[in-house]
Amino acid sequence: MEKRKQYLRIILYIILTLGGLTMILPFVWMISTSLKTLNEVFIFPPSFLGEKIVWQNYLRVSDRFPFGTFFFNSLKISVLVVLAQLFTSSMAGFAFARLRFPFKDTLFALYLATLIVPFHVLLVPTFLLMREFSWVDSHLSLIIPNLVSAFGTFLMRQFFLTIPKDLEDAARIDGCTPFGIYFRIFLPLSKPALATLGIFTLMGSWNDFVRPLVFINSISKMTLPLGLSSMQGLYSTNWPVLMAATVVSLLPILIAFFLAQEYFVRGVTLSGLKG
Amino acid sequence: MICLERIKYSDLFWASIFLLPNLLGFIIFILLPVLASFGISFLEWDLLGEMDWIGLGNYKELMTDSVFWKVLWNTIYFTVVTVPVGIMISLFLAIALNQKIRGLKIFRSVYFLPVISSMVAVAMVWQWIYNPQFGLLNYLLSLIGINGPSWLSSTIWAMPAVMITSIWKCLGFNMLLFLAGLQGISETYYEAAEIDGANWFSKFRNITIPLLSPTTFFVIVMSVINSFQVFDQIYIMTQGGPARSTSVLVHYLYQNAFQYYRMGYASSIAYVLFFLVFIVTLIQLKRSNKWVVY
Repeated sequence: MEKRKQYLRIILYIILTLGGLTMILPFVWMISTSLKTLNEVFIFPPSFLGEKIVWQNYLRVSDRFPFGTFFFNSLKISVLVVLAQLFTSSMAGFAFARLRFPFKDTLFALYLATLIVPFHVLLVPTFLLMREFSWVDSHLSLIIPNLVSAFGTFLMRQFFLTIPKDLEDAARIDGCTPFGIYFRIFLPLSKPALATLGIFTLMGSWNDFVRPLVFINSISKMTLPLGLSSMQGLYSTNWPVLMAATVVSLLPILIAFFLAQEYFVRGVTLSGLKG
Repeated sequence: MICLERIKYSDLFWASIFLLPNLLGFIIFILLPVLASFGISFLEWDLLGEMDWIGLGNYKELMTDSVFWKVLWNTIYFTVVTVPVGIMISLFLAIALNQKIRGLKIFRSVYFLPVISSMVAVAMVWQWIYNPQFGLLNYLLSLIGINGPSWLSSTIWAMPAVMITSIWKCLGFNMLLFLAGLQGISETYYEAAEIDGANWFSKFRNITIPLLSPTTFFVIVMSVINSFQVFDQIYIMTQGGPARSTSVLVHYLYQNAFQYYRMGYASSIAYVLFFLVFIVTLIQLKRSNKWVVY
């Protein structure tokens, strides 16, 4: 019996390791291709390392495409969207969880109903709205429509509902206003929920492709994913340069992941625990 | 806990302060567009000319549009393959990782890498891996004596290629959800079953599966809804080709709106997508009462 368990464990480790290699291999292949010359890429059988490591591809990346600008555009848009959503979601979540106002339940049901609307249904009307405001080809088109999220509002409300009532009763007796209660009690207590929502929004915004594809035209305004895809046309078969560009575009989020791994993981698991 | 503001305002005043910024954004950028999209789907409009009200014209055209049926079929094909396969693999991995494995954190991060990477970047890498002559995949296949297909330029193999990439990318996400669900199952159930002499399979069948069902339900609903909306990897890897073999609903919607400038037609496709997602959600909610144990 014990022996069988031992064998089982070994088999499990082998399977998990093989699976893990499958996960990593494309990343390894991307880096290895980005360090080869164009000729070395088209040699059969392929090897993981070329004759010598070629760094020039990384310089070619910024030849024609302002990768630094893409990075700052992505960063600017993502940070603004994350901060705004944390603010609007926690404020409205507090109102739905703790305040009294007419049509509260109807309004919340409306928020919930929009959760099942596929985002692509909003694509055409949002584009028309952006045209109306003359925000096409401006970062405003990627920021303003994303200041509010029904999902974020729902998440914050669910979390606020779990905070004991006694705390705010005590604060109210001390003469605290609802804003004081929100700011001094609810926000400090909901750091994990805020971190979760923040990481989630950050991932979505940083990797978003459809919106920039539809709203942005000029190269100087592109975000990383869109900049990357527009390189495709120009370097269609120059794989080393393209792979160098993908490496550069992935680095920031990978670094963020290794720094705040626990938050990423908690973010996913919390999203699955429906309140 | 001393608060300085001792002024009393009405409840309504506070509620509006808290709610208004959010409500404004919600109405202008979520609620109105959902309704507007419905209205636009009854129009014939190319952005430049007049808007023509054509009633159900767009929907009637969809019904007879062979391309629409093709992309609808492709979307369903993509969904019925990637969802079950992806869920089975990620459940298996989660169960394996739940066996008090050493290096759990390392495995977890490795499987999670594709999840956080942008779809555009990984789709480009996979495009290179699928290269028929110099790609890594066909080289690896040749090592075991298989002559690999011309993946992305083959009408038969392009869709499976996109599927493999999609499954590879989402595994870690579902695995984490399952892992959280598994860790929520109390050990006492298994201990009791062991005293009764239950074997590995009956424990899995009678404890794990029922107690994990809420997680499974959530993962299935999310996966189906997401796979109905597949777009990024198709745009990057195949542009819907060859011969529309990988064109899906959202890709056709995108083409109609932003390449052919048919706003009304695109909106009617959007509403068909909405309707499908809605129906799937309803069916799953109805069916879940039968097999989800809360």
